[in-house]
Amino acid sequence: MTSVEICGVEFKNPVIAASGTFGFGREYEKFYSLSKLGGICTKGITLHERHGNSGTRIHETTGGLLNSIGLENPGVDVFIEEELPHMEKYDTVIIANVGGSTIEEYIMAVEKLNKTNIPMFELNISCPNVKQGGMAFGIKSDVAFKVVSEVKKVSKKPLVVKLSPNAENIVDMAYRCCEAGADGLSLVNTFSGMAIDIYGKKPVFENTIAGLSGPCIKPIALRMVYEVCSAVDIPVIGIGGIMDYKDAIEFIMSGAYGVQIGSGNFVKPDICLDIISGIEKFMKDEGIKSLKEIRGIIRRKS
Amino acid sequence: MDPKYCSGVVFSNTQVYENIYEMKVGENFKGQPGQFYMLRAWNREPFLSRPISISNIENGTIIFLYEIKGKGTELFSKLRSGDSIELLGPLGTGFPLGIEGNVGIVAGGIGIAPMVYLCHKLSTKVDFYAGFREKSFYMDKIEKNVENIYISTDSGLEGHSGFITEIFQPEKYSSVYTCGPLPMMRIVLDMCRKANVSAYISMERRMACGIGACLGCSILTTSGMRKVCKDGPVFKGEEIVFND
Ligand SMILES: Cc1cc2nc3c(=O)[nH]c(=O)nc-3n(C[C@H](O)[C@H](O)[C@H](O)COP(=O)(O)OP(=O)(O)OC[C@H]3O[C@@H](n4cnc5c(N)ncnc54)[C@H](O)[C@@H]3O)c2cc1C
Ligand SMILES: Cc1cc2nc3c(=O)[nH]c(=O)nc-3n(C[C@H](O)[C@H](O)[C@H](O)COP(=O)(O)O)c2cc1C
Ligand code: FES
Repeated sequence: MTSVEICGVEFKNPVIAASGTFGFGREYEKFYSLSKLGGICTKGITLHERHGNSGTRIHETTGGLLNSIGLENPGVDVFIEEELPHMEKYDTVIIANVGGSTIEEYIMAVEKLNKTNIPMFELNISCPNVKQGGMAFGIKSDVAFKVVSEVKKVSKKPLVVKLSPNAENIVDMAYRCCEAGADGLSLVNTFSGMAIDIYGKKPVFENTIAGLSGPCIKPIALRMVYEVCSAVDIPVIGIGGIMDYKDAIEFIMSGAYGVQIGSGNFVKPDICLDIISGIEKFMKDEGIKSLKEIRGIIRRKS
Repeated sequence: MDPKYCSGVVFSNTQVYENIYEMKVGENFKGQPGQFYMLRAWNREPFLSRPISISNIENGTIIFLYEIKGKGTELFSKLRSGDSIELLGPLGTGFPLGIEGNVGIVAGGIGIAPMVYLCHKLSTKVDFYAGFREKSFYMDKIEKNVENIYISTDSGLEGHSGFITEIFQPEKYSSVYTCGPLPMMRIVLDMCRKANVSAYISMERRMACGIGACLGCSILTTSGMRKVCKDGPVFKGEEIVFND
């Protein structure tokens, strides 16, 4: 009943754990069977191992948190050898979230992941682009177009491009990623934000700017998903501050095929299960047989 | 032992010193000294749960000793017996217990919290060094499980006037455990290294998930990046890399 097909891949339900909030699943398997999830996005994987940022990495804000993790990950080879075999034991869709600081790095990581059984890639274009002075790939549509089209050329799996809400124009960004060959889109990644330590008289984060997530971003994320779904025909996965089934249904009604749960996992480790059962109950109560019936329903003319 | 997410009932929550509270929560809790729980006694705000060490476990009742620092701990202090609280744990890797020889424990302020349980569980001879700002607190809970207690206060009102590291003698011990403000722990590690004594340190970092998934608490160690919430909070002293 809750199953959805996204870019040709079958998900048993629309609930997917968001990248960077769920590790490679191991930590959460102690709380519930991960086979109950629609899917899991891995922590962002890069070609080489990364240690991430130094200094404070987490700062709580009203209704969410700022993070400056800096893509700490073991690198694609270690991921494939040590984490993937374990993840594949779960009966759920594994989505590899791929990051990079140059187009070449993205391509090399994707080429390695092509050889695995992972059914779907999520391209994180919110990473700083070293050749563009550190501005993220996902800010200017032309830069994003370039990386997406290059990666699409080599990718052997459906390619979902994860959009940054910091894009200059989110609808134009979505169009251009579509043109570049994206099979699907997911949004949003974290919003640029910052905090100041007023006693130390300095920014809380060494990089000054960090990424904001959690329920405080939900209304803006929902608006962006709505606008993007209205503009493109490829499947969209909605992300941003989803804390319960009602939030998830809102994203689906705005046009999303699936949803990702990020910061919510920190509040309650099995929050995804609550959201899945909440969606099931909502569908039953409302007499909904398939999510297709309500997907994008707010845009339909009566 | 795998952690669990569950709700507990507050049995008591009493002020033991100015800003310091002891909270007892039932029931059937488990864990090792040095491990902690992520606690929340609210729905959405503050957004994150708060890491608090196991200060003791008596017949399944868990005891937390905490200091009011900000909004989360302030909310904890308002809990009354009968209130419920969400707990995620036990989490992390605690202090090694099966060691031999004399043990020295060096704690600063609220850093005594995990050491109460540690003293209780160690079967070797233990000396306890504790530094406080104004006056000591909670030491009656430690007395019965240790040989000697050495106290220092910044105020000079009790014990040695000054820092605890000024009276700590690492060479008397085969292992040293420390928890407290980082500057204090750095001095302790330094002294232990010079005296060739093995030291264990309980690290503190801001946490989001508490279970090893978000990498918000990662620190650089001699064996690469390690998560304070999962690989720690207790680390071998020589593993810690200070980046200044
Ligand atoms: C493993 C572990 C075990 C712990 N055990 C105990 C325990 O047994 N007892 C106990 O009392 N405490 C313990 N702590 C510390 C405790 O978790 C914090 O004091 C608590 O989370 C503070 O929450 P709060 O909401 O009261 O304060 P907050 O409102 O979150 O913050 C309090 C103050 O600290 C400032 N602050 C925020 N971030 C940082 C930062 N990164 N570095 C420094 N200051 C910052 C804030 O701006 C604010 O002024 C432990 C911590 C860890 C990691
Ligand atoms: C601690 C943390 C780490 C994250 N790491 C990644 C990452 O590696 N790759 C990525 O694409 N998104 C990452 N994100 C973004 C989330 O996947 C998600 O897009 C964002 O948090 C918004 O959703 P939320 O409000 O439900 O958290 C991270 C978010 C957080 C909070
Ligand atoms: S707090 Fe999330 S990894 Fe340690």
